[in-house]
This record gives sequence, C-alpha cells and structure tokens, in this order.
Amino acid sequence: MSIDIETARRVAKLARIRVEAPDLPKLAGQLNDIVSFMEQLNEVDVTGIEPMTSVTPMRLKRRADVVTDGNIQGQILKNAPDAREGFFAVPKVVE
Amino acid sequence: MSANTWTIAAARDALRKGEISAVDLTMSCLTAIDAADDLGAFVHKTPDIALDQARAADARLKAGDAPDLCGIPLGIKDLFCTKGVPSQAASNILRGFRPEYESTVTSKLFDAGAVMLGKLNMDEFAMGSSNETSCYGNAVNPWKIDDRKLTPGGSSGGSAAAVAADLCLGATGTDTGGSIRQPAAFTGIVGIKPTYGRVSRWGVVAFASSLDQAGPMTKSVRDAAIFLSAMSGHDAKDSTSADLPVPDFEAALTGDIRGKKIGIPKEYRMDGMPAEIEALWAKGADMLRDAGAEIVDISLPHTKYALPAYYVIAPAEASSNLARYDGVRYGHRAELQAGDGITEMYEKTRAEGFGPEVQRRIMVGTYVLSAGFYDAYYNRARKVRALIKRDFDLAFAAGVDAILTPATPSSAFGLGEMASADPVEMYLNDVFTVTVNLAGLPGVSVPVGLDAKGLPLGLQLIGRPWEEGDLLNHAYVLERAAGFVAKPGKWW
Repeated sequence: MSIDIETARRVAKLARIRVEAPDLPKLAGQLNDIVSFMEQLNEVDVTGIEPMTSVTPMRLKRRADVVTDGNIQGQILKNAPDAREGFFAVPKVVE
Repeated sequence: MSANTWTIAAARDALRKGEISAVDLTMSCLTAIDAADDLGAFVHKTPDIALDQARAADARLKAGDAPDLCGIPLGIKDLFCTKGVPSQAASNILRGFRPEYESTVTSKLFDAGAVMLGKLNMDEFAMGSSNETSCYGNAVNPWKIDDRKLTPGGSSGGSAAAVAADLCLGATGTDTGGSIRQPAAFTGIVGIKPTYGRVSRWGVVAFASSLDQAGPMTKSVRDAAIFLSAMSGHDAKDSTSADLPVPDFEAALTGDIRGKKIGIPKEYRMDGMPAEIEALWAKGADMLRDAGAEIVDISLPHTKYALPAYYVIAPAEASSNLARYDGVRYGHRAELQAGDGITEMYEKTRAEGFGPEVQRRIMVGTYVLSAGFYDAYYNRARKVRALIKRDFDLAFAAGVDAILTPATPSSAFGLGEMASADPVEMYLNDVFTVTVNLAGLPGVSVPVGLDAKGLPLGLQLIGRPWEEGDLLNHAYVLERAAGFVAKPGKWW
C-alpha cells in the first residue's frame, strides 16, 4: 500500500490539519516511509490471537453514577480563547 | 558540596537532622537553575511557589511530620498539569494554558511536602527521542565532549538534563516508548517506568493512553525507590490505575540477589550493534552473576515487531487523544479570515499549533484508524502486541526474575545530527525500551559506564508486573557494582 498525494490530502482533512498543496508531496513521502515500516507486521502469524484491549488483566473499576463536581463554569471557561456569556464562542456553525 | 548536588536520600536525612533547611536547599537549586539557562531544561521557573512550599516543609520538619519527600526540590515535566502554572506539553497549541486543577502525581508529591522548582522541557506532547520537537527549543545534555551540543534524549530531555546537571534533586518524567529510560541513559542518571497502572495518569497530558506511565528520574536507585513510592497508588480519577497496595520500594533494596534468575534475550543483540554496547551488556551480566544471580539465555521472539506495532498503536491513540485541541476550550486559536467557518478554525488552529512531528503522528494515526485500514494496521498491531506480551509472560513463567538489556543503541548524539534522517531512523532510538511499554512492564535504566568518547551508557532491567521493588533491588546491585560516579564538567 502506498500513500499518494490524494491520500495524504484526505488524511490531513480527516485529521483537521491544514496542509498547503505544495507540502503534500513531502508529507505523502514521509507517511509512506512510516507505513512501509509498519508493513513488517504482515510477517507475523496472528491466527487465533485476540487484539489486546488491556495490558493488565484487571477489570476497570466502576464508580457510583453520581455527580462528583459541578458549579465550576468559571473554571471551565477560564482558558477558552473566546468565551462569552457563559459559553464557548465559535464561528457560526448553522446558517 | 553545594546542596543541589545531593541525592534525595542524603537531603532527606540532612533535613531531618536539621543540618540544612528546606529553604536553603531550595535556594541552592534556584541559584543553579538561574545559572543554567544554556541547558534549556527549566522552561517555566516557579521560585515563589518553591519558596512557599519550602517554608511549609520546614514547618513540617520542625513538627516532626516529615514524609520522605518533605522539603525535597523537584522539577516537573511540562506534561503534568500544575494548577495556575503554565502546562503546555511543550506545544504551541497549549500556549497560555494554566490548568485550574492539579495532576494526581503532583498533588501526591506536594502532599508529601515536595517543592516544585518549575516546569521542565520535553518533546512536544512527549513525541520525540531528542527533545528537538519542543516549542521552547532544545534541551541540551550537560555532558559534552567537543564543541557540539548533545541531545539529552527525549521525550523527558529537560528532566534528564536538570537532574544530571544538579539543578534539582529529582524530576518527574513520563514514558510511552522509552521517554524516561532513554534520556536517563544519555545523561548518566536513573529512570524507572513503573508497571502500567502503578501511577495515576490523571492530569498528565495524554499521548497514547494504553502506554503512558509517569515515573521518577533521579541520581540514584535509592532515590528512584523513594520517589516512586510517593508517586504511586490507586486513584479513583484514573480507571486504569491499579487498586493495589504500594510497597515501600526503598525497603526492597537489600542488595541481595543471590539465586535470582536474570534473562538475556538473544533478540536484543541487533545487527550492527556497536561493540561498546555489547561489551557493556556483557559486563552488566557479569556484575549480576558476581552478585550471585544466575544468568540465562532467553528468547523473546516477537521483539523485532515491537517498533512497528508501537508506531501503529501510539499514533492511533494520539490521533484520538489530540482531537481535543481544536481551539475551542483552551490554548491557541488561529486568526480567522472573513467567511471562515468552524472547520477552517479547526484546520488552521491545528496546523499552527502542532509542530511537524506531532502533525505527522496524528495523520499516521488517522490513517491507520480510517475505514478500510483499521483491521490491516490497528487490529493487527494489537494482535502483535498481545504476542509481545506473551513472550514476556512465558519468560517470567519459566522462572526469570528480571531481564537485562542495553538501554539505548548508542550514547547521546549531537543536536541537529538527525535532522536529515527520515522519521523512522529517529524511532530506532526506542528499540530496546518500547517492548516494555507494549507489555505494560516496569523497566529501569541504570548508568553503568562511559563509552570511549566519554559519554554515559546505561543498561535496562525489565521486571515482573507490580514487582518494582524487586526490580529496583536488581538495579541497586548493578549500580553498586558499576560504581558510576562520573559527572559532566560544568560548561554552562
């Protein structure tokens, strides 16, 4: 599998990272190098092996379904690049 | 000797005996830090916080209520969220971010009376092996053999440089593929990555959540044991943190490893391995044998596939974790043009805020998780990961107590020397360390000698899950046998 310029453009779009057109060939080349490196995994016989979901054989803890904090609107918004009237502000989403 | 050069253990004892105050000890570190800007280690200094904490520690010491870390000045990797103090993960996308909360690790350290000197340089989002991807610029290795500036390794490069240069008594690091152990080896210090789940990840900026673990970077194995005990423990805020008692790791340092079985994995003898590394490895095995351990050859057959599996799994998790940086809730937001909508805001913000290596890894992760490739790459990598872990399980089941390997394929290289290399070449730095993260095991890097150029080299010991005490005891034996006392000459 090789990554062409069109694939690189699509991946950048999916990742929501703007990559200018002149930079796409270099990006495609680098992604290709990395993906070819991964191709070694095809040499491994993985028949009957389950994909690892947890590295330690322990059950995730559950907690009671109760509110543990709240009323911290000021703290939540404190680091926002643009916060107004108690909300995060973003460019217009709906026309 | 100025107090900033002390070990944690020595400082603890001196503080308790009243031979020095926490304030004076802290001042000696602050003075050393201010004279070491050339190392690029401390990127946000917090002297006011440090002195307040030191005064509080002195009061506790006087009252006789002093845990081991009470009054000990530490550096904190920039990956840890520290309340009210910039916590940027060395990324421009988090410029200006001051968390409203404290990470569990730093909370525990502060509760134990530790003093924070400031935040330490690192690779951006902990992605790198040379500290060259940081938005703050490079951290520099205090070890120097000619005109060149050398890398302290990465991603915990600032932590390693700060400890090796005696700017602090110890530092926090994090390790996703070797980011504590490789820089420790490059700078002649000790670094341990604990078992996955031993230390809470809450409040530590996430890179690859199934691999990330925080751990201490210190001047001695004893210090690592003291520091690790203080960091560890169950945390309800991290569902992957283990609800297991934390042993007194320092008490495990008996120096007795008679009858222990040490595995030497043949697959770690890589083609083209420098003779010096091979010789150091053999020397380390001899030291453990002389201490009464039995050295056995073992096989970890899937070792070769650890790096490619890692470079699928880690970017996949990173692409998901780093989706949160969108210019809405915190950090940088790009200037928008008239007519730009929310998608342009995301794309411009992320293009401006993330550096090239982080962008590359997010995109690799996006690719391997995308429709049509998920099974071929991501699921296959997770199956290979299960096989890598099984290799270790079988070795331990056969009675091996610890595994000895080199820590790094070379000593520290020059900053900028890998600039023209392709990304994969840089990834090879993690070849001996990455297996340990994939298998969730504890691993420690111990300085064992200098190479012919005069630069430190380390060996790695890998232990059974949850047996950090036993692992550190092996490291302690190696440390004592190696007698590594060399320090970098001060040029900064």
